[in-house]
Amino acid sequence: MAKLLFFGRLGDLAGGIERSVGLSEPHSVAALIGVLEAGDRLLGSALLEGRVRYALNGTIVDRDAMVADGDELAFLPPVSGG
Amino acid sequence: MLRRVTIASGPFDPEAEIAAFRKALHDSGAIVTFTGQVRPSNGDGSVTTLSLQHYPGMTERGIEAMLDQVAERWPLEAVLVIHRVGDMRPHDPIVLVATASAHRRAAFEAADYLMDYLKSRALFWKSETSASGRAWIEPRDEDYANAARWDAYPGGG
Repeated sequence: MAKLLFFGRLGDLAGGIERSVGLSEPHSVAALIGVLEAGDRLLGSALLEGRVRYALNGTIVDRDAMVADGDELAFLPPVSGG
Repeated sequence: MLRRVTIASGPFDPEAEIAAFRKALHDSGAIVTFTGQVRPSNGDGSVTTLSLQHYPGMTERGIEAMLDQVAERWPLEAVLVIHRVGDMRPHDPIVLVATASAHRRAAFEAADYLMDYLKSRALFWKSETSASGRAWIEPRDEDYANAARWDAYPGGG
């Protein structure tokens, strides 16, 4: 299983901050978003917005990065602290 | 440079933290502190709850990496960052930044820089609940502009 984390407003769209997906073979971030989009078009398009960044096991990556079972992929919308 | 970063899931006391920070100093002549607290109202009315979310581990590593840059750029004796997560009420402290240096300029600039980073680049997500419901807050253009002005600052990148 790969762990998916949805922060900020993306968690509302995903129906929770965390979700597990079974990956029989590695998927690119883009392909994984495609899978999610097939189940939920609104979530899929939100994950593709230009200001959303992707963190794979704690490192910022682009949509070509490969995600396999055991990985943690986080979707990071624009931040707001302070 | 002495440094402490705390992500606090419960309330903290800025005055007590500042007093402890100051007591630990040996060489500094200048201390700058900034406290941010929950505004009791936004444009849409009264705020009842402000909630902050972070990405445990990655948020802390990001702040530590930023402190590495701060240490290279300004001659500080010590820096303190405390940032709340979880649910807060109006007037609750959200963030405390303290910097200490031999002279005031470095302490002022480093604290200003730290706050610009925390507002627009650190991994926190903020939502506000008011009479009109819950809304996620995104940085204002002004917050991005504030952070970007350091990119062109002499002596730093």
